[in-house]
Amino acid sequence: MNGPRRAAVLPGVDFGEFVRGRAAAGTLVVQPRMGFDHPRKMRAGLSATRSAAAVTVGTVTLDSYTRLRDDAALADALARGRPLNGYPIVAHDPAVTAAMLAGLHGPDFPVQVRHGSAVPQDIFEALAALGLNATEGGPVSYCLPYGRTPLEESVRNWTRCVRRFAELREEGAEPHLETFGGCLMGQLCPPGLLVAVSVLEALFFQQHGVRSVSLSYAQQTHAGQDREAVAALRRLCGELLPAGSWHVVVYAYMGLYPVTAHGAHRLLGAAAELAVRSGAERLIVKTVAESRQIPPIEENVAALEFAAAVASRTARDGRSDTEDSETYQEAAALVHAVLGLGPDLGRALVRAFARGYLDVPYCVHPDNRGRTRSRLDGEGRLRWADTGALPLARNGSDRVARGVTSAELHADLHYVRRTFDRVDGERAPLTGGPAPVRAREGLPGGSSKADRTEGL
Amino acid sequence: MVNEPAGPPAPRGTVVISSVASDAHTWNLVLLQLLLEEMGYHVVNLGPCVPDALLVEECVLRRPTMVVVSSINGHGYTDGLRLAPRLRARPELAATPLVIGGKLDVVEDAAERDRQSAALLEAGFDAVFADAHATDLCRYLRSGDSAGQPSGQSVGRAAPRTVAGAQGTTP
Ligand code: B12
Repeated sequence: MNGPRRAAVLPGVDFGEFVRGRAAAGTLVVQPRMGFDHPRKMRAGLSATRSAAAVTVGTVTLDSYTRLRDDAALADALARGRPLNGYPIVAHDPAVTAAMLAGLHGPDFPVQVRHGSAVPQDIFEALAALGLNATEGGPVSYCLPYGRTPLEESVRNWTRCVRRFAELREEGAEPHLETFGGCLMGQLCPPGLLVAVSVLEALFFQQHGVRSVSLSYAQQTHAGQDREAVAALRRLCGELLPAGSWHVVVYAYMGLYPVTAHGAHRLLGAAAELAVRSGAERLIVKTVAESRQIPPIEENVAALEFAAAVASRTARDGRSDTEDSETYQEAAALVHAVLGLGPDLGRALVRAFARGYLDVPYCVHPDNRGRTRSRLDGEGRLRWADTGALPLARNGSDRVARGVTSAELHADLHYVRRTFDRVDGERAPLTGGPAPVRAREGLPGGSSKADRTEGL
Repeated sequence: MVNEPAGPPAPRGTVVISSVASDAHTWNLVLLQLLLEEMGYHVVNLGPCVPDALLVEECVLRRPTMVVVSSINGHGYTDGLRLAPRLRARPELAATPLVIGGKLDVVEDAAERDRQSAALLEAGFDAVFADAHATDLCRYLRSGDSAGQPSGQSVGRAAPRTVAGAQGTTP
């Protein structure tokens, strides 16, 4: 693996340090979910991200063939010039990728590679060869929602890769890993489980030697519940991770996105507010193109600048991270139940899924028991309809579990889109570029009108 | 990974639902499964990232009334073009109704979509539902067109046997 073409790591590039530093100075770091097949376009995207009017970090998202290590399909697509849904970092010559990053990736603009692979060995090798020291994933969150690789195999692969990645520190670059556990399935996963898996994956990373971590949480269906969830996540981090080693990253909604420009902006604005109010350090944005296609560069820049503008007009809400809540109780119960299954976290995670201590609703992966179900309550909070074998003292379901109909699932999947696309009240028609987010247009249960009307 | 409810044989036969080899999205598969079950079909949902060979073997084994391929990650066109001839190469599946739908490409362009739909029909699919709604499949099935003949009352602004729609609006 120490091939001759091995690039030296760039001294001083420290993703975690960069984000924590900017956040401590009062600025939310914003980041796109960007990935293009062609190196020239990928470079243009990174360059535009870097020069956007916001404090940004860069993203290189990889394509599906690379994620699944389908070399034949990838070679064929490249040969025939078929467009890909991301950047094929393993297929491109390292020199090509190094040139793509040259002068952009650096201490003031760290670039993170995002993929979604349960077989990431070649991807981690490519990162090491390029001296790229920030990426994302997790043995659970890059497995269950991303294909058919057995969980045990994913844990094995991720164990090896995290250990290898940790060695970059000796080469002078602090490696950084972000959990994807807070985004499981993109939608309809109750916050307690998202927080728990995010924390467990961060502990897994640290167990295998990567010290600098970030923990994700994706905006769900109810602003008040999301606020509670980020607090629960921060409290668990404070209890279980070394101080100064972590930060929290909020993702703008990861499920079916609004189709209108005004709906997309309102939802992104609400995500930026959630991030700032809850003290999260970084935000992953989504664009007005999300519901339709991979967003062009300009849409990414517009979304970054819009989110940064909303963030700059928002203040931390002063609520304590140690508050108790239903979400904290649930997440803590799940985390401790898994930690109780043995000292090796990877093995504990496999056992937890086999026993149904962790069970992701609507996930069809064979190692997920599939006995839990989620639903939205009358106020738009995400609830358990069936807790299966989850080790929760209080059973979260308040109605007799039964089969869900296609109409019900369709309604729950489309709730956020419907809510944010709705044209109501006196909202002016919003077309074109970033538009104001107005007070009462957020998710139900958001903070009071009084603290939102100013400036927006 | 086969998500298959137990129970007596469904009156209308078995439908195999599958993603393409590179696509990890599953909510589309789950929603289509529920819809078809409610219509009285027995559904075998093969899940995400189904290798071509596995889909072929499952279909040979189960002899479904119809095969529904769904993909939204943007590689559906490329993967589908490769998949259809592999299914059709098996004599047992030469006449099995085979449809594909979802967000099949990363490029959003109506003319290109029509060209791709035509190429997928050419490759062996009986119907192509690019950027269409799940309920378009129900309409297609109700029209009794599961053998793939163009159906007069089927929706579609595009050529016969292809259904293209505006993405996003609820059915
Ligand atoms: C949730 C989500 C995810 C989750 C999926 C979790 C899971 N296991 O399902 C996660 C986060 C894991 C994910 C990952 C990725 N995603 Co994604 N994802 C989405 C998102 C937000 C919602 C998709 C969804 O859940 N739909 C729910 C179903 C029920 O609705 P639907 O998609 O509209 O499907 C309906 C119709 O398409 C139609 N239909 C579908 N198939 C068929 C078949 C027939 C026969 C018929 C008639 C109709 C039909 O009926 C369906 C049901 O109503 C969409 C964007 C959006 N729509 O808002 C992006 C999106 C689909 N993802 C996208 C991409 C590219 C990816 C990734 C490759 C990462 C990346 N580069 O960004 C990876 C996938 C890796 C892989 N190997 O495939 C792109 C696809 C771009 C394209 N096609 O051009 C989208 C559009 C986002 C974007 N704008 O970039 N994703």
